[in-house]
Amino acid sequence: MNEYRLEMRGVCKSFPGVKALDHAQLCLRPGKVHALMGENGAGKSTLMKCMFGIYSMDEGEVIYEGQKVSIKDPLEALKMGIAMVHQELQPIPARTIGENIFLGRYPMKKFLGIIPVVDHEKMYTDTEALLKKVRMDFDPRQMLGELSVSQMQSVEIAKAVSANCKVLILDEPTSSLTSNEVEALFRIIEDLKAEGVAIVYISHKMDEILRISDEVTIMRDGQYIGTWDCAGLTTDFIISKMVGRELTNLFPERHNVPGEVVFEVENFTSINPRSFRNVNFNVRKGEILGVAGLVGAQRTELMEGLFGIRSHTTGTIRYQGKELTIKRPKDAIDQGIAMLTEDRRATGIMGVLSIADNISIASLKQYLDYGFILNNKKIEELVQDNIKKMNTKTPSSKTQIKSLSGGNQQKVLIGRWLANNPDVLILDEPTRGIDVGAKYEIYCIIEELARSGKSIIMISSEMAELIGMSDRIMVMCDGRVTGFIDGKDANQENIMELATQFEAV
Amino acid sequence: MKTKMSIPQRIWAYIKGNPIVVMMVLVSLVVGCTIKNFFSLNNFNVLMGNTTIRFLIALGVSGCLITKGTDLSAGRQAALAATLTGVMVQRADYASRLFSWMPEMNMWVVLLIVIAIGAVIGTVTGTIISYLKVPPFIATLGIQTIVYGFNLIYTNAQPIGGFSQPFKDFFNWKILAFGEFKGFSGYILFALLFGLLFWFIYNKTTHGKYMYAIGGNENAAEVSGVNVRRSLTTIYMIAGMMYAFAGFLMTGKSGGASASMGVSYELEAIAGCTIGGVSTTGGIGTVGGILVGVLVFELLKIIMQFMGVDPNYNYIVQGLVVITAVAMDIRKYVAKK
Repeated sequence: MNEYRLEMRGVCKSFPGVKALDHAQLCLRPGKVHALMGENGAGKSTLMKCMFGIYSMDEGEVIYEGQKVSIKDPLEALKMGIAMVHQELQPIPARTIGENIFLGRYPMKKFLGIIPVVDHEKMYTDTEALLKKVRMDFDPRQMLGELSVSQMQSVEIAKAVSANCKVLILDEPTSSLTSNEVEALFRIIEDLKAEGVAIVYISHKMDEILRISDEVTIMRDGQYIGTWDCAGLTTDFIISKMVGRELTNLFPERHNVPGEVVFEVENFTSINPRSFRNVNFNVRKGEILGVAGLVGAQRTELMEGLFGIRSHTTGTIRYQGKELTIKRPKDAIDQGIAMLTEDRRATGIMGVLSIADNISIASLKQYLDYGFILNNKKIEELVQDNIKKMNTKTPSSKTQIKSLSGGNQQKVLIGRWLANNPDVLILDEPTRGIDVGAKYEIYCIIEELARSGKSIIMISSEMAELIGMSDRIMVMCDGRVTGFIDGKDANQENIMELATQFEAV
Repeated sequence: MKTKMSIPQRIWAYIKGNPIVVMMVLVSLVVGCTIKNFFSLNNFNVLMGNTTIRFLIALGVSGCLITKGTDLSAGRQAALAATLTGVMVQRADYASRLFSWMPEMNMWVVLLIVIAIGAVIGTVTGTIISYLKVPPFIATLGIQTIVYGFNLIYTNAQPIGGFSQPFKDFFNWKILAFGEFKGFSGYILFALLFGLLFWFIYNKTTHGKYMYAIGGNENAAEVSGVNVRRSLTTIYMIAGMMYAFAGFLMTGKSGGASASMGVSYELEAIAGCTIGGVSTTGGIGTVGGILVGVLVFELLKIIMQFMGVDPNYNYIVQGLVVITAVAMDIRKYVAKK
């Protein structure tokens, strides 16, 4: 009867104003990878947090190895053999890899036979063995902060493995990994499968899901839609189940017509010699310029340089022939440039503030009466209009933005810039961590903006998105622009070729 | 859409959300009914006088708290303004005048001067915090001792008295007095005036919105075009002006001034703000809440006085109340999981 390692049935969970889970279920078999899919806000992360004891469920049961259990907190989950690698890592950069892995459960020994102290020797030997197990070749005494984000992720997985887990939850583990690193992760997953670990794999990347998983459970609006065997499933089928309708197009038809060159960047060089240098490019009115490159190509750094978040040494920026002086984001905004930053949480949302405040913050100056009194009524009109236009799902405009799903937060942030009506809009990974349905809506908005004559610069790491949305693609490698490709001629191969043109050392 | 709550539901929600406030109201009712003279005009005026001064300081500190900062120099800055006021309003014929060369000044000119000095100190503090990136805790701790030292040096650590008649008269000012009724103390007007002014700044101006945005996420605010450095400097400048005004009132109210005034007023102000719902994690806080918080704190002191508690116990009780308030504030967020 015990065919499942872990079953969750009839799980309900409500937050003030939202029913996040409505009789959700998930059944995991040992030695299988189980993909959990659904749009943002479908309740995947909430369900996982219930399993891991971060949230307590309102209703429903968890059956673990045939026993009905209730998991009160993450420590208990870990003790039972359930481990989770979170979407947002929470490392302690100023401590060593070993200390990060064994945090909270350091191996102990007795000093002078009585005083318990941390057994560093054992900790580092164990860490070394663990790192070997996940095929990572690091010095366990190295500071965690010296590693790259993807390497930290590997350490996080090593940490989960070290708990001798029987159930491992991977919440969007590949969102910041390069393809080589993804391969490494998949090898680790295969190893764990062979050991009989039941793995939950949450991701938005279809190709990964179809490659690595054995079963798929799909959720929509907090409800359980169904579980399917992965063999024989198609991307289209999964998407249609996720959004509840047939998606005929992944990208909208584009009717924007690029006009004359309006935005020009010449010889733009960072103060950091290892970052962007001698960058030249231009954008036309009504054009969508895609920016491609590998991780470390300095695309974000370049755009942040243009927007005044980072400093540059040389270079000129012109809009309609007029030279712009940009020392800080305010200068850029005042001169008609807007930028949707890459890291929503760090530089995007103001968590405890309302949606209204988050939308209006960049354009408050337009709503002053007598030059100093804010017209809150007009602002509320703008906000309502914006929520409607962006199709943002929220109980009210007074709701704190942190309680929305990632996709809806992103819509609010794009709305912030729409309210400001910029001429040039820089979008840094506008659809990262966003579900298919919301992605399509965001593409439509981008297209509409371009059609209305705005110049769009879009950084993306998704090839399909770049090819599907760009009029032209600028490719960067290692801080330099290595070439431009016309949108119609672009394909994976010619983009990758330019993206890997490293300078001979 | 938001679900509409019935009136009893709303009252219950307020009680659950503000247990300290509700408890204080109940306690004062009990004390008022059992101890003579608690519900008296005199006691009310004392309460209002104390509350007004703390409220003005709390308004100043609130901007710092909402932007995740703090201001530990508030009390010492108020004391400096108090002694400066004292020195400038001394009678020309007063024997032990500190600066005998000084002409007797109009009290309103004096007020403007001390506020200007407060603005300068606040601007310096704000500049240190926003441009030199010194954490507010350290920066204002430094300013606190510098201001105190300066205050001791120029007053020779001596108390200052012998104020001019118009200045003394002004602080006996009563409003709404008619016949038998002696009237309310005029301080209450300042509390109202500044309460409205700050409500306006916090809700109706870009400065206010930027302040909340910085508290919510400083980096996001900067990227959205907020000049974070300038906003922060302005917040500390306004705070300095508020402390100066409070110092001016302190001198008038007590009829004398010395460098030792205002000790730990900043802590009372921070406590009042916290009880009133200003979040220690930034981005949240309302003027109404601050007023209630300060009022509750002053009420607590007066109740203990009426109950005959040794004033030294005040410190212990106040400390406990502050810790409880913050613990409950944090719990609001913890409970949401």
